[in-house]
Amino acid sequence: MTATELNPQQLLPGGTPIRLVDESGTPVEGAGFGLPTSDVLLGLHRSMVIGRRFDRQATALTKQGRLAVYPSSSGQEACQVGAVHAVGSRDWLFPTYRDSVALVTHGVPPVEVLELLRGGRHCGYDPYRYRAGPQCTPLATNALHAVGLAHAARLRGDDAAALVFVGDGATSEGDAHEAFNFAAVWGAPVVFFVQNNQWAISVPLAKQSKAPTLAHKAVGYGMPGHHVDGNDAAAVYAVTARALSEARAGNGPSLVEGTTYRMDAHTNADDATRYRPGDEVRAWHERDPLDRLTALLRESGLLDETSTAAVDEEAEGLAADVRAQLGTDVHIDPDELFAHVYAEPTAGLREQANLLAEELASEQKEV
Amino acid sequence: MAQALNAALRDSLRADPDVLVFGEDVGALGGVFRITDGLAAEFGEQRCFDSPLAEAGIVGTAVGMAMYGLRPVVEMQFDAFAYPAFEQITSHVAKLRNRTRGKIELPMVIRIPYGGGIGGVEHHSDSSEAYYTHTPGLTVVSPATPADGYSMLQEAITASDPVVFLEPKRRYWTKAEVELPAVTEPMRRAVVRRAGTDVTLLAYGPMVTTAMEAAEAARAEEGREVEVVDLRSLSPLDADTVCASVRKTGRAVVVHEAPVFGGYGAEVAATISQRCFHYLEAPVARVGGFDIPYPSPKLEEHHLPHTGRVLDAIADLQWEEDR
Ligand SMILES: Cc1ncc(C[n+]2csc(CCOP(=O)(O)OP(=O)(O)O)c2C)c(N)n1
Repeated sequence: MTATELNPQQLLPGGTPIRLVDESGTPVEGAGFGLPTSDVLLGLHRSMVIGRRFDRQATALTKQGRLAVYPSSSGQEACQVGAVHAVGSRDWLFPTYRDSVALVTHGVPPVEVLELLRGGRHCGYDPYRYRAGPQCTPLATNALHAVGLAHAARLRGDDAAALVFVGDGATSEGDAHEAFNFAAVWGAPVVFFVQNNQWAISVPLAKQSKAPTLAHKAVGYGMPGHHVDGNDAAAVYAVTARALSEARAGNGPSLVEGTTYRMDAHTNADDATRYRPGDEVRAWHERDPLDRLTALLRESGLLDETSTAAVDEEAEGLAADVRAQLGTDVHIDPDELFAHVYAEPTAGLREQANLLAEELASEQKEV
Repeated sequence: MAQALNAALRDSLRADPDVLVFGEDVGALGGVFRITDGLAAEFGEQRCFDSPLAEAGIVGTAVGMAMYGLRPVVEMQFDAFAYPAFEQITSHVAKLRNRTRGKIELPMVIRIPYGGGIGGVEHHSDSSEAYYTHTPGLTVVSPATPADGYSMLQEAITASDPVVFLEPKRRYWTKAEVELPAVTEPMRRAVVRRAGTDVTLLAYGPMVTTAMEAAEAARAEEGREVEVVDLRSLSPLDADTVCASVRKTGRAVVVHEAPVFGGYGAEVAATISQRCFHYLEAPVARVGGFDIPYPSPKLEEHHLPHTGRVLDAIADLQWEEDR
């Protein structure tokens, strides 16, 4: 289909965010999307409980000086968990610094996820093993990588797609726009998931974009934009799953905007009281994504005391494990500095490695 | 130093209605390092404001503003986050005067907190000065003291050429008694921070403190009198001050955080070799970071030049007693 044949109406997001479960946990009519199966819903719940517990543990470890920095995703669990549950076994994930919960949900061991933020190595996991790019800090740059990888998969004849997370602020970067356009022009099997948590550090969405919604941006590039209630895990899952399967089927990219909220400060180093009102934060407490899903599952009898306790226990176990593993200092061999700069270390690097080794050895002798 | 920079911005905004400050999080938050703290409240949204999150956009629109006669002072949040603006900086900020045969002047300042030593995760600790010093048309400076922070930033804002103003972020919290408004030496001049007769240490930004500490240690441990020159301006380089010192001492060590290979130290060393060859007792030495991507916090202490490495470099300078 050429761009001129596209009917822009079909690409536009609906007037209100897609929602399958309302704030009280009651199922609602959802713009052509059905409620996911019980198994999926229970899986989402489990991952959200674990994700939240993990996030709290990481925040606590940061206060104890065990992590160099931690950007919490508290409040954004429905987006990260919902979208990642839609990722297929051959698909790739391109996360940002904010998406540790997404990575844990994706199956990356929590300690490997935290290696970057702990200040140990730039990436603690093997991207090929988990089909996940390294957590990306330069904003929106990962969007282009996702497009390239997804396009490459198609060139190879594989039916893999890529899911890339970007923040609301990151949609202002030039790289985001180049990625949207490349993806649409190439028909690349990629889904851009914009976690609109309302704030880019201290800058509110209103100063970032004048578009009716961020999902509307998709239309200008010739791909569909979906606007979803980002605190409704069921809706996030349903919309992302369809977007990814369309992508895998060769029907091109799409953009999903999940409206959510960053409950904590930007990172532990930030003081959010300097720029945002407490009322706003309190209002979002009322829309908690985990409470919503829990209410639905309890109401429908899918979750009872025993199964809730089992999930909680699993989350506690994971947190205890993270505590134990991050509570001890790891020694990183300084020689690692030179290890992966090139496939083969250059003569210059070998010389520098030797110099450092000598320096450390003589310090050793002095003490 | 953070407060001195803040005061320089405030006083510049007061002095000239054409000055304006913008970038990411510089408004209500006052910048992630609080360098713009209180400016939005005092001068209003028109003169100190948050832009959309896009560095090419920030620098590119600043070019347009400067063309129209304003004096924009923009903030790049961290060294490595200025890279999206690289095209605007190298292709336009640096060249517009030349391309228009002097008709367009761009009186703008690009402030960039740079360098490591603060335990930042990747992309928060680059020493990117050589990219800018290698770009003709840019004036590149870096203060090392609070007084210079104030004085040099004010001068940069009043300059008629664009200035890349590199702020040594690990020295933001350096304290000093400074009477404001402070007026130090002109921005493009190097300064002798400590007089000595045996060897010259040449440093700038974050490494000036390290060089001063090394100089003290060299006297205490070896009895050597070390002169420390704070370059302050990287482009242009104040070669006269540099060479006067090296001609006096006969030995020179350049110190910076950036990787040594292709780094700014090569320029200083070449200049000294060319202009002071007959005065030199030993080849000019360079101390810098290893030739690796900036490492993670747990390893950065091994990467960053420290006094021990500066002392080792001094010890290697072919002293008479070793010959
Ligand atoms: C290119 C670039 N510029 C600036 C930054 C510094 N920075 C880190 S996070 C951030 C805000 C990002 O906001 P948003 O995209 O909404 O994501 P969120 O942090 O809210 O998840 C900024 C400005 C960066 N990481 N990369």
